[in-house]
Amino acid sequence: MTKQEALFEYCLRLGDTALILGQRISEWCGHAPMLEEDIAMSNIALDHIGQARIILSYACEVESKGRKEDDLAYHRDARQYRNLLLAEQPNGDFGMTICRQYFISVYNFHLYTQLSKSSDASLAAYAAKSLKEVAYHVRHSHDWVLRLGDGTAESKARMQNAVDDLWFYVDDIFEADEVDDILLKDNIAADMKEIKSQWEKTVAATLAQAGLKMPEIKSQMRMGSRKGNHTEHLGYILAEMQFLPRAYPDAAW
Amino acid sequence: MPKCSFFLVLILMQRGSFIFTLMETQTQLSFIRKILDQVSDPEIPILTISDLGILRSVEEENGIYVITITPTFTGCPAMRVIEENIVEVMAQEGISNFRVQTVLAPAWTTDWMSEEGKIKLAAYGIAPPSSSTEDHLKAMISGNKKQVECPFCKSNNTKLTSAFGSTACKALHFCDECCQPFEEFKCH
Repeated sequence: MTKQEALFEYCLRLGDTALILGQRISEWCGHAPMLEEDIAMSNIALDHIGQARIILSYACEVESKGRKEDDLAYHRDARQYRNLLLAEQPNGDFGMTICRQYFISVYNFHLYTQLSKSSDASLAAYAAKSLKEVAYHVRHSHDWVLRLGDGTAESKARMQNAVDDLWFYVDDIFEADEVDDILLKDNIAADMKEIKSQWEKTVAATLAQAGLKMPEIKSQMRMGSRKGNHTEHLGYILAEMQFLPRAYPDAAW
Repeated sequence: MPKCSFFLVLILMQRGSFIFTLMETQTQLSFIRKILDQVSDPEIPILTISDLGILRSVEEENGIYVITITPTFTGCPAMRVIEENIVEVMAQEGISNFRVQTVLAPAWTTDWMSEEGKIKLAAYGIAPPSSSTEDHLKAMISGNKKQVECPFCKSNNTKLTSAFGSTACKALHFCDECCQPFEEFKCH
């Protein structure tokens, strides 16, 4: 694998996670438990879509095959997507959505903090820009984890259930492979081992504060997003998201 | 000696014309900046793109004016409209030798908002960004609450309703003094 191919792959991982999570969260638009939260969800979704557009455009530039951001978003199948398995998990109840958001936002926060010092100027600019938005996402989802975890018996049970259910997808977040190795040599990528230990520390502190238990699952962790092995949920998201540009290839705004 | 002064005169003439061209370019650039002051944020029309710090620079490059802008938020839907509006006002002035470029670095910050812009915002009913970006990030991490002044009654007896508002750049607050909801331009 060349450095160029590795960088393209790396950008897809960042961009696809942002795109799929953004698409998922936007499903709350008009359905959130209250108006402020509806607006918050739409705002966070918009941030993720904005981030996806920047980094997928950069992926096209790196690839140099004349593809555009929309080609990547609308004309790839599930096996070609590189988003985290966690990002594609269904919204579930509000606790599930918040837990997914919190896990990914904390990961993004530590990841982008490191990437803002990347030797790749475009990646560093993207990370520094996104980090400001991610700080709001962490704060928002963190506050809700506390509120629900430390709330009523019902909200606590639902929040714990979300943590336990989504924990199976945590190892997938930090899986490093050849792509990371190639880019780490030139200080382009972030070190996943470091990010993992920072993530665990941050999440453990919040769960303890919220009165929630950190799961001790060691087996049956689901992985494989780096190779395009997704859960069954991604296909349904793509079916909805890609329908229009596939059915009407020349459609434009 | 006469040869020498001939060259001296030549050098002085060249330098003079260089300075003249430089002055001409400077005048032209400040003229373009003035034109661009007509371009406002589509979502907060009382602020120009210069007030907001979206307009980063106007430079001349081989006879082409390069207008550099930067997005406030990555997903800001106003960026495209802003670019179209720039093209429109430039066309109205009959200037065609220009291009608009978007840069991401350094990342936009509310620290770049002009003092004039902050006064205009408050008068419009939106609380301006209440602290520097650095203080804001510290507060975000520590979880401390910051004071936001009500733009209507100037009271500090206010509370945050939601960090997310009607546009990506605004948060929702409520004033317990005059019982009015209001928006704040988020620190970023």
